[in-house]
Amino acid sequence: MRTLDPRLLRIARGARSALAADVALGLLAAVALLAQATLFAYAVAQAFAGRGLGAVAGALVALAALAVARGLLAGAFEATGRRAAARIMSSLRLELVRRRTHDAPTAVDGAESGEVATAAVQGVDALETYFARYLPQLVLAVLVPLAVLGWTVAIDPVSALIMALTLPLIPVFMWLIGRYTERRTRARWNALARLSNHFLDVMRGLTTLRSFNRGEAQTERIAAVGEEYRRTTMQTLRVAFVSGAVLDLAATLATALVAVTLGLRLVDGGVTLRAALTVLLLTPELYVPLRALALQFHASADGLAAAERILDLIEAPGAPPAGEAATPLAWQTLRLDDVGLANPGRPGQVLDGVDFELRRGEICALVGRSGAGKTTVAALLLGLRRPDTGHVTVDGVDLAGFDAATWRRQVSWVPQRPTLFHGSVAYNIALGSDGLSAAQIEQAARLAGADGFVRELPHGYDTTIGEGGRSLSAGETRRIALARALVRDAPLLILDEPTADLDAESAEVVTAAIGEAREGRAVLVIEHRPALARLADRVVRLRDGKTVTETVRADAAETRPTVGASGEPPVPAAAVGHASAPVIAPGAAPA
Amino acid sequence: MKTLLALLRAARPSRARVAASVALGATSVLSGVGLIAFAGYLISRAAERPPVLSLGVIIVAVRCFGLARPVSRYFERLTSHDLAFRVLAGLRVSFFARLEPLVPARLEGYRRGDLLTRMVGDVDALQNLFLRGLTPPLVALLAGGVSVAVCAAYLPLAALVLAGGLLAGGVVVPTVAAYAGRRSGARQASARAELTVELVELLRGAPELVVLGADRAALERVAALDAELTRLARAEALATGLVEGLAVAVAGLTVAGVLAVCIAATAAGALDRVLVATLALLAMASFEAVAPLPSAALRLQTTLDSGRRLLALADREPAVTDPAAAAALPAGSQLTLDGVGFAYGDDENWELSGLDLYLAPGQRVALVGPSGAGKSTIAALLVRFLDPDAGRLTLAGRDLRALRQRDVRSRVTLDSQDAYLFSTTIRENVRLARPGASDDEIERALAQARVWEWVRSLPEGLDTFVGEEGAAVSGGERRRIALARTFLAGAPVIVLDEPTGHLDPETAEALIGDALSAADTRSVVLITHRPEGLDLVDHVLTLRRGRIVDMRAVRRPPAVRLPAPV
Repeated sequence: MRTLDPRLLRIARGARSALAADVALGLLAAVALLAQATLFAYAVAQAFAGRGLGAVAGALVALAALAVARGLLAGAFEATGRRAAARIMSSLRLELVRRRTHDAPTAVDGAESGEVATAAVQGVDALETYFARYLPQLVLAVLVPLAVLGWTVAIDPVSALIMALTLPLIPVFMWLIGRYTERRTRARWNALARLSNHFLDVMRGLTTLRSFNRGEAQTERIAAVGEEYRRTTMQTLRVAFVSGAVLDLAATLATALVAVTLGLRLVDGGVTLRAALTVLLLTPELYVPLRALALQFHASADGLAAAERILDLIEAPGAPPAGEAATPLAWQTLRLDDVGLANPGRPGQVLDGVDFELRRGEICALVGRSGAGKTTVAALLLGLRRPDTGHVTVDGVDLAGFDAATWRRQVSWVPQRPTLFHGSVAYNIALGSDGLSAAQIEQAARLAGADGFVRELPHGYDTTIGEGGRSLSAGETRRIALARALVRDAPLLILDEPTADLDAESAEVVTAAIGEAREGRAVLVIEHRPALARLADRVVRLRDGKTVTETVRADAAETRPTVGASGEPPVPAAAVGHASAPVIAPGAAPA
Repeated sequence: MKTLLALLRAARPSRARVAASVALGATSVLSGVGLIAFAGYLISRAAERPPVLSLGVIIVAVRCFGLARPVSRYFERLTSHDLAFRVLAGLRVSFFARLEPLVPARLEGYRRGDLLTRMVGDVDALQNLFLRGLTPPLVALLAGGVSVAVCAAYLPLAALVLAGGLLAGGVVVPTVAAYAGRRSGARQASARAELTVELVELLRGAPELVVLGADRAALERVAALDAELTRLARAEALATGLVEGLAVAVAGLTVAGVLAVCIAATAAGALDRVLVATLALLAMASFEAVAPLPSAALRLQTTLDSGRRLLALADREPAVTDPAAAAALPAGSQLTLDGVGFAYGDDENWELSGLDLYLAPGQRVALVGPSGAGKSTIAALLVRFLDPDAGRLTLAGRDLRALRQRDVRSRVTLDSQDAYLFSTTIRENVRLARPGASDDEIERALAQARVWEWVRSLPEGLDTFVGEEGAAVSGGERRRIALARTFLAGAPVIVLDEPTGHLDPETAEALIGDALSAADTRSVVLITHRPEGLDLVDHVLTLRRGRIVDMRAVRRPPAVRLPAPV
């Protein structure tokens, strides 16, 4: 990421006044510095001329006052910048969550959500350096040297000329070194990243290592990788630190050069002691802002990486705006009409001619291999995505015309990987339904086969689950989500693999509940298992984003090949199972 | 302080390197002091209009310090970073050696990636303790001490003022900073943790929240937590501003004080007038020695917290230790559980109780039952990640507790659903099970796991990267690579703990079938809560609340009953 990424600057705009205040404070501090140098030189020159403490008392008091003033300014500079950074980070976070819920509600994967959340919360440290120090310093690095040079011209033009001559060397050197370092660093970057992640990798896989008796052997490997990491990084740093050293060298050489020239000119009487001392104090200050800028540039690199992740998520494409019409409540039929859809930025169609209908009072099973587009169909019906071609219609009216929020109020959904939210079991089940009684919640849990294990939790329905709470297995999570979906009073029920991760017993309970749920509802079940497909009134088979067959089971099986389909049988294969064997005596060890 | 010493022991930085780093740091600061002080002396002396030649030595000194400063600073940065990397490597090795025996039994909660990541982050944070907390104070002490001593040689009173100022800047201000850091650090840490949890949930469950109409409430919660964190961060900004301001003010006031003392001394004839600027400039430059201390102190608390967390972990007792005099492992692979019971911690509730089981060589047993029935605990007992609290387990007739863990695991291999694929090539991931294995043997193992065809079809074959940073590998392929690793290990007993977790039923069924047919003559304990594969074992045992409640033969009675252990 470029250091002056326009996206970051757009965000910084919100804190423009704070950043401007920061620059102003920096400039005031520079003015205080000039005054301090001048007063210091004055006091020394007075003492040199034989005057006592009384004669310079005023100057000394002023110096002390300036010290306090500089302290205040430095403190205010620091505090203002960091406060602005905190505000910027907060607006970045809020924009992220607003965007992810309102405009582009797609789930962020498990591992990635953790990393993004960490970046959004912890990344503030590094971004603080960027906003609080780097950005104001960028302005100050130009203005402060100009002020110092200007003041020096007023005092002693010869020294100002010497100083001015050393300045242009810096950018040239920096540019040369920067180019060189960048090339070298980039070549090593991947290797370095891998080495630095090695320890995390080993810790994460430690149980596996111990299973194969490889745990102890890792100690040497960790030491070796650590050593390799050190060696490689040091090679990079040896070059990277040269840029800092060049700035240091320029500053000290300029100071030495100015000091020696001043000394010689003092001997000739070409300059006064007071002027000479003032200039001597100011010379190093010419380079301080540049040096600070270089340091902060490196320190803020991490923050930029964090910001980039968040910005990428904020700018991910969202769903097109929905219409405003209120949804009819008493609809009977949902239709997908030759629907096609591609994922932005990826080749190929996800859906390419999906055609089927869904009626109230019916269960429709959507089957097909993974990758056939089943989950995308669910996203379309939820109004989370829109078709590129074709239509989704509600009693013949395009879904796109309806207000998304009111439409979703009619939908109940269990995704492929349901989420539990931090709160009690009861809270999780009641989420999305208003005014449920405890009895209704328990009834829903019973239907979903969850009541049994919930009662065995330490606090039953009051047990805290979700992130940071008691962790539940995939099957238990699913059953809670099912209870949540079943209890919600919505005419469209979409279940994405409702019996995945369930043991046979719970799967049976859930299947029965789904069978009953069709009363007054349209139920779409995305499923592999035959038991559920057998329950369905309508089985739609997808392959490569196309409807292959739509089988209506109601009275007589009517199979309707939709696209020029071939191959797969329309009705799912028979159940697999095994004859139950007689119970045998435990295989205990013979006596 | 105790934490600090314990951490120092864990890191074992080389004294010579610390000394070199401190020496270079002090040289760098003192060169800066020397440059400006001698420059001041040169100008003051020149103002007396001496013969130019008499200034020669001073001019040389100014130039020398001018050169020494960037050079020593460059090498100081290199040495201190080098030291930090060495310390980090040392800390990693040292904590790894202490944490390794605790896995998985004593770090059960740490199986989750985020906690482990935090632990690794804690270890990394500790290098700061040394980079910022060890060398800078020593540099400050050395460089500050030399500056005060030089000052004292000319004017003791000025030295006293300078010493006072340096102490204020190097001790008082950092103490204030540490106090501010401690107060805001803890509160911010918990506010951050809460907000992170809420954000993770919201990012992960956004579509569900939207569909449920619960997104507004979630947004409001995030906004409230965010406002709290922002408030704390802004309060902290004030605190750091205060610290920063104090440091600048203390330095400025000290310089003014030294100057006043010097001017008074000159007027009284106690100090050569040429030295006024010299000593005052020396004082000014010497504050560079204490400059890094306040910000280091501000972060000290966070770093110490990391250290404390790690030490608390490292001090846990391993769940299982090797016996002092381990018994030799006799030939054979029959396993027995004899009245085995197990309870986690001091829990009154037995996780397992009265478990009897005999697994003859070549026999296959499936353990089924609802989650929480204790299935995975049995897996951990079988490979001696845990020892039973009642009864005993034997392998080839020997009590597991009398055997070395290494010996047990060379005969009983565990493959669980969270078997980890490391960020390296497929070859290395499989070879892990037997470091000396040839490519042929690795191929054969992959073929047994029915994944060799797929591996061969990859452009880079065995050299394909997998794991966190590797190429996208589907869940089924991941499981099969892990299975190949288990086959390569060559143990006669294989424990498969939920090998089909996270897989869809078709993939799961194929995987189990392949695993059991490839297991050949080995004994297999299949732990599962799903129906796949139950028709391919000899016995299915149903476990409920830590007890076997049902046991039935499925396919065939054991073909050959080996003689019972003696």
